[in-house]
Amino acid sequence: MIELKSFNSKDEITWCPGCGNFSILDSIKEAVAELNIKPEKLMMVSGIGQAAKTPHYIRANGFNGLHGRALPPAQAIKMVNPELNVIVTSGDGDAYGEGGNHFIHNIRRNLDIIQLVHNNQIYGLTKGQGSPTTSRGQKTSMQFEGVISEPLNPLALAIAAGATFVARSFSGNKEHLKSIIKAAINHKGYALIDIMQPCVSFNKINTFKWYKDRIYNLDENYNPNDKGAAIIKAMEFGDDGIPIGILYKEEGKPTFNDIHPVLRSGKVMVDRKWSPIDGEKFVEEFM
Amino acid sequence: MKFNLLIGGSAGQGMDTVCMFLEKVLKKSGFYVFSNKDYMSRVRGGHNFNLIRFGDEPIYSHDEKLDLILALDSNTIEFHKDRLNDNGIIIADEAVKCDESRLISLPLQKAAKDAGLSMAFTFVAAGAILKHFGIKGEFENLISKKLPEQTRNINIKAFRKGGELLEEKFNLIGKDLSKHIIINGNDAIGLGALVGGVSFYSAYPMTPATSVMTYLSKKSLEAGIIVEQAEDEISAINMAIGASYAGARAMTGSSGGGVALMVEAFGLAGITETPLVVIDSQRPGPATGLPTRTEQSDLSFLLTASQGEFPRVVLSVRNAEDAFYQTFRALNIADKYQTLVVLLTDQYLADSNITIPKFFFEELKIERHIWDGQGLDEEYKRYKVTESGISPRLIPGKIEGQVVLVDSDEHTEYAHITEEIEVRNSQMEKRMRKLDLFIKEDIQEPEYFGGEDIDILLVGWGSTYGAIREAVEILNNSGLKVGALSFGDIYPLPDKLLRKYMAIAKKIINVEQNFTGQLGKLITQETGLLMNGSILKYDGRQISSREIVTRINKEV
Repeated sequence: MIELKSFNSKDEITWCPGCGNFSILDSIKEAVAELNIKPEKLMMVSGIGQAAKTPHYIRANGFNGLHGRALPPAQAIKMVNPELNVIVTSGDGDAYGEGGNHFIHNIRRNLDIIQLVHNNQIYGLTKGQGSPTTSRGQKTSMQFEGVISEPLNPLALAIAAGATFVARSFSGNKEHLKSIIKAAINHKGYALIDIMQPCVSFNKINTFKWYKDRIYNLDENYNPNDKGAAIIKAMEFGDDGIPIGILYKEEGKPTFNDIHPVLRSGKVMVDRKWSPIDGEKFVEEFM
Repeated sequence: MKFNLLIGGSAGQGMDTVCMFLEKVLKKSGFYVFSNKDYMSRVRGGHNFNLIRFGDEPIYSHDEKLDLILALDSNTIEFHKDRLNDNGIIIADEAVKCDESRLISLPLQKAAKDAGLSMAFTFVAAGAILKHFGIKGEFENLISKKLPEQTRNINIKAFRKGGELLEEKFNLIGKDLSKHIIINGNDAIGLGALVGGVSFYSAYPMTPATSVMTYLSKKSLEAGIIVEQAEDEISAINMAIGASYAGARAMTGSSGGGVALMVEAFGLAGITETPLVVIDSQRPGPATGLPTRTEQSDLSFLLTASQGEFPRVVLSVRNAEDAFYQTFRALNIADKYQTLVVLLTDQYLADSNITIPKFFFEELKIERHIWDGQGLDEEYKRYKVTESGISPRLIPGKIEGQVVLVDSDEHTEYAHITEEIEVRNSQMEKRMRKLDLFIKEDIQEPEYFGGEDIDILLVGWGSTYGAIREAVEILNNSGLKVGALSFGDIYPLPDKLLRKYMAIAKKIINVEQNFTGQLGKLITQETGLLMNGSILKYDGRQISSREIVTRINKEV
């Protein structure tokens, strides 16, 4: 096992005390250390938001890009260098709002990457506006009379779109989250982990206690390979309970790199050797 | 000796196939060719035409005066007969009725039917046209091999029959052009990218940029590269930046509308200091504008597009030959300065074929400027402040024990988020310093045509190169003293030749394919020097040397 401290960043953490992000950060570090992934082989990619600061707080390769745009660079990085373990880490606004289109098409491509969504059902960095997952009717710092739109169900959407690993976890249960992250890293293909995470500053509804009172572990007999049942399970979210664990899993589906005619041989594009003279043959057709 | 053919009809009549054939025949016969397409944004019907200009010396632009019209429908005659020279001819099928003395009605359809397929009538016409010019040779193997065998054979028969329909009027003999190629602007960009080692191209289809992507996609397997069609242009550019960060040579491209969507990520490339080349194949805007036509109206937009300030290089290409070398160069510039390079082209160049000398490979050198980490015994600083402004760049995952962090926030040398005044200033200044080095080491002055003693100086950029070059020749032959600067590099603005000739000329006129005179405005902004007149065109059709000459003659 790689020492946990080798993932320690020197950067000062700017999250609010008590924020759910701290334990998510710890879970990521412990998971990668236990799986023997070296810092230089770990690639953290994020957009913008409180959760998107995560790459600064873990010593690894990091790409802290634009709001909503974490997935496009993450996918491209995996295409050109499959030797990197790519983990996308962003919030609900970044992943499901600004980045909604990329979320869907990234599932279609099925790169072997992991997306952690720190889902606190509110916008933290911009101070408390409604997010795509804020409950209908919830009053926010922008929706003063309550949110009108229906919250998005990202897990059901991901399963329907063809994702092969769809899980939910809770920042208040570090061991659970760590085990899910490890399972996602070991899964071949795109893996979504939606992590319920209380925002201590701006979401007074979905608090630590609110989540704690509702979550339950998926039954041991639950079959995550049944797509129809998984979608129904994914719809469970509210006072009647919130299941955590791997809701859907499909093994053996080829990834983008498995199918791609150039990459399927295992080619690492960043190691490509090329001289201009290698391209001289392409002039022939214009002669 | 130069001749100018127009082949016109409606979409779907097979015009492109026969034009491609004619161009290959002309090139093989030793004639320089310049051809371009004028087409509507529709798959069937409407009025489209191709111009093929050929001669025994290099040709850099189209012309309006015609020597021969091949009219596949009566509209073509109606629309273009006024441009026909007095001794020019119109060739059309017997079925095309028109009261026009220069019309030669030929049984094109009938001959094609006899050959096996009436659709092959364009090849009958091709046979007749070549006979008219007395161009002889073995051409049948030049008929596209992509066509089904049976169709090819019919086309060959049709082509032979066409030769029997007309008498020779000329007996043209070409030169040896076996060391030349014929290529369009977008293929040349694609080829430049391929030769330049691009291994990742992500884009979203948009006319007239699509064919760059199509070209690369066709070659991707053989060259071993990734060409990915993204869900939108925002994804396309963010993917390209991700691939580039990871160490691949990456590029993206679109037309103005798609480039507008990419804009936020321009700044991402700028502040993360990630090498990136973006192609903008311009068409007339705003919004959807004229999708299949040409304009040079994205220059002002791209000079400052994206919030904030960061170093960028804006280049334009002047023809297909330039497009190849400039694409290659743009990739080296992006890697050297770790920033955004925008390469401007347009529909005119995208769809213009030109005969040029075969590309010269001997001096092409790929320069990646990637550091191997030698001597690095402490934590790597991605944004180390240096005198040149360029920080040594490591590739993530390639150096034992070292990690590479990049950030779209203002950051410290280690790439961590900061709001410290001193750090902000030093990082901002470090980034902007890179342009000073570019001006010192890499900037290219515009190309100058004309004498040293001039009254009028024309300034233009990009695709107007050919028309301006020819106009200067015509005007000087008519006794005027005219010079011209055709800009390739636009920003930073190379100003040595500009200042020199602006000091000599009495009148400075900018020639541009836009409404507001965007290069003229940039010149004024950068030098304080004013234009004395403008020749501007924004109807979506490329300016010709004749139009420039007419406008200059009006001014003097």
